[in-house]
Amino acid sequence: MRPTRRTPALAREVPDVIVVGAGMVGAACAFHAARAGLTVTVVDRGAVAGGTTGAGEGNLLVSDKEPGPELELALLSATLWAELAPLLPEDAEYEAKGGLVVASDETGLRALRAFAARQEKAGVTLRAVPGDALHDLEPYLAPGLAGGVHYPQDAQVMPALAAARLLRAGGGRITLRLGTEVTRVLTGPDGAVRGVRTTAGDLHAPHVVNAAGTWGGELARLAGVHLPVLPRRGFVLVTEPLPRLVRHKVYAADYVADVGSDSAALQTSAVVEGTPAGPVLIGASRERVGFDRTLSTEALRRLAAGATALFPVLAGARALRTYAGFRPYLPDHLPAIGPDPRVPGLLHACGHEGAGIGLAPATGLLVTACLTGARPPLDPHPFRPDRFPAGTP
Amino acid sequence: MTVPAAEPGGPGTEGPHPVPDASADPYDLVVIGAGPAGLTGAVTAAELGLTVALVDSAARPGGQYYRHPAPALGAGRPPAPHHDWTPFTDLGHRLAASRSLTHLTEHHVWSVARESDGTWTAHAVTGADGTDGRPVRTRGRALLLATGAHERHLPFPGWTLPGVVGAGGAQAMLSAGLVLPGRRVVVAGSGPLLLAVAASLAAAGARVPAVVEAAGYLRYARKPRVLAANPRKAAEALTYGAGLLRHRVRLHPRSAVTRVHGTERVEAVTVARLDRDWRPLPGTGRRIDCDALAVGHGLVPQIELATAVGCATRVLPDGTRGLALGADQETSVPGLWAAGETGGVGGAELARAEGETAARAIAARLLGRRADPARTALLRRRRDRLRAFADAMAAAHTPGPGWTGWLTDDTEICRCEEVPAGRVREAVTDLGARDPRTVKLLTRAGMGWCQGRMCGTAVACLASRGAPAPPPPDRRLLAVPVPLSALAAEEGEPWEPGLPEIREVPKDGEAPRVPEPPAAPRPPDSPRAPGSPEAACAPRPRPTP
Repeated sequence: MRPTRRTPALAREVPDVIVVGAGMVGAACAFHAARAGLTVTVVDRGAVAGGTTGAGEGNLLVSDKEPGPELELALLSATLWAELAPLLPEDAEYEAKGGLVVASDETGLRALRAFAARQEKAGVTLRAVPGDALHDLEPYLAPGLAGGVHYPQDAQVMPALAAARLLRAGGGRITLRLGTEVTRVLTGPDGAVRGVRTTAGDLHAPHVVNAAGTWGGELARLAGVHLPVLPRRGFVLVTEPLPRLVRHKVYAADYVADVGSDSAALQTSAVVEGTPAGPVLIGASRERVGFDRTLSTEALRRLAAGATALFPVLAGARALRTYAGFRPYLPDHLPAIGPDPRVPGLLHACGHEGAGIGLAPATGLLVTACLTGARPPLDPHPFRPDRFPAGTP
Repeated sequence: MTVPAAEPGGPGTEGPHPVPDASADPYDLVVIGAGPAGLTGAVTAAELGLTVALVDSAARPGGQYYRHPAPALGAGRPPAPHHDWTPFTDLGHRLAASRSLTHLTEHHVWSVARESDGTWTAHAVTGADGTDGRPVRTRGRALLLATGAHERHLPFPGWTLPGVVGAGGAQAMLSAGLVLPGRRVVVAGSGPLLLAVAASLAAAGARVPAVVEAAGYLRYARKPRVLAANPRKAAEALTYGAGLLRHRVRLHPRSAVTRVHGTERVEAVTVARLDRDWRPLPGTGRRIDCDALAVGHGLVPQIELATAVGCATRVLPDGTRGLALGADQETSVPGLWAAGETGGVGGAELARAEGETAARAIAARLLGRRADPARTALLRRRRDRLRAFADAMAAAHTPGPGWTGWLTDDTEICRCEEVPAGRVREAVTDLGARDPRTVKLLTRAGMGWCQGRMCGTAVACLASRGAPAPPPPDRRLLAVPVPLSALAAEEGEPWEPGLPEIREVPKDGEAPRVPEPPAAPRPPDSPRAPGSPEAACAPRPRPTP
């Protein structure tokens, strides 16, 4: 039996929805659901932001999305983030800093400009920056770069604090159950979701949202459905605190043209940005090695070489730490968002690859619309979770 | 042979040679750390016929324990309280006499890695403070970690005032530079080091008005057999005790410094009695005037190089974590060995026994010979006896859960990032942090220069809300800061996807490693058909992790 109406007192025991995963996406789903009047229990086997949310840089980007469903999600999210920012305390470090993508040579620049032209048609705000004007935006950039594109909609947030603060901003309608691992998805005789079994007992709710990030495939399996989320490892290199040398999110566009490099298992591209706290963050590497956290000195070498090529001033800076994170990716590089027709009551909100922080608010809004029956803010069809036949990896 | 960072040289060579790196023949053994364990391991291995690289961050051998005055100071040996100097002199002679041992000084190892051929590479940066920017790779068929320990700190109001020094730091200052932290120095904290520090300070001319020990000394009596089996250790304690009596040093057991007073620097401390759980007893605070405070709560094994490659750890009786080691000092990762404080703090004599045990086992394995059974048995007996003593001491000095009771919300926990206790508590009670890593993410505690070495214990205690949960193993993939120029100058290697051997390594709370085939090449610029699984990902910049 699926309860439909509850008194507020009971709501604490039987929430409208259980969100599995207390990362950024889970927090955004919980927040939007709570704001729509639903009661939410967020379950996580670890802490808030203990997975990929805690291992990322907090990028809210439109610049890296090609026109298509993900860009639409990103553009909506960019708007939503700007609305959310005032709700979050300053320590969430929301900064509408803008992105600067640079090309080192003419070939790269042509490819970048072509890419940008398509983005502009799709609604991205951007501005071409000639090579001799790059230093107006980034005084410490290496000399001799061919040019770039400035994306004012790109922003940054401190992801772990943003997730924690967003969960708090949801108020009393959100209950946190941390250190609690889901071991089963409970279904009734009609096959519909009844709740979850956890290491701390059963929790009942008519809806369960899979926001388990890189581990979303495992949760889907507990519900008996196939969702091929796989980890894609990335390292972030963090320097000692520095004065503000890097103002935007700056990255190299060479690989927009260099499609051949796609075949390498380890891909790296220099992504450099400063933070309000001082350290400069350097990404991004990507490789498929399962959940292996062992340091790759080769990945670090390429990250450091790429960053110092963009910003020679960083050569003398010291890296204090580095960490690995696991992007949850799906074979077509689009997230799975929305109800799963195979198990009524089960919804997914995972597989955002490296863009989960940025895409979280729109994801949360879309999931909430599915829960309340409201009109979805954008077409959910490209993100339908049952789009992968059982044979896919 | 000693090879300073500035003058490269190779094993068994006469003139300058390139420093051996991954492209050269590997050493038989690379030892990291030249304290009692590493030094003993290195000279023993060399005497058994192995080629050895002894890699150390200091300019001279000895580590923290055998720290000695720089030659320029003119002091030939450390001040009187160093009772254990003869073995070091002996090790120094053996080091100098060894022809197959290369001592790489001022090399700061930031990572170790096992290569696909089974050898190990130690990645280091060079120079007194590691900022020379020249990366050095040292390769070996086996690796012995002897990286020692760092001091354990429990914060208290006022601990950031000038004049508050670490107890070990005070000892080191005395040994290295023969300087006193103050004229009237209170020694506080917990652990056997306190008595030694107080004795050293008093012998060097400082007035020590009080030694404040949080544990009750009677707790040693619970392991009488362990004490009786270690007469030398008991005698050591008696020596300190006699010295302290002579200098009229007053011992305050089951007490703690709960506040430091002063504006510019230390002027006095408040000493309060503690209950069994180290909770300060109200109304027992007494003010003691002093101009310095040497404080320490024992040592924490420094094991991040090992945990980064997945070595199993064990919780030690004092609540810290050390490496889990086999009977011959091998870690859970084959080919990687450890000796000394990395397996649990136990002092120099134990470190030497372990260093020699490891070296003999490594030589036996690499040379395909059986180790000398009589010597091995003797070493094991000595090690087990000393380890039992160390464990009894460690258990007696385990911080009680009530110590956080002396923290006010504005007491700084993380000094690097200036994070007060109140923010850590908020992260735990309001924001959903449950472990040190999440506290770090939500407060920045532990993100600064020391990478949580200073605040790690306190953060773990606050994160566990007083529950006796041992801290998770430290994960610091970079053991020391590395200039980006040095990282960038690391020699590039052909990337072999998926080739590294998959080892099943136990890691708390982490999914097991799943081998995966390398990513298939993707055709360039294929159109993406939404929903079609065979659609290739169109190349696009996506820099977020």
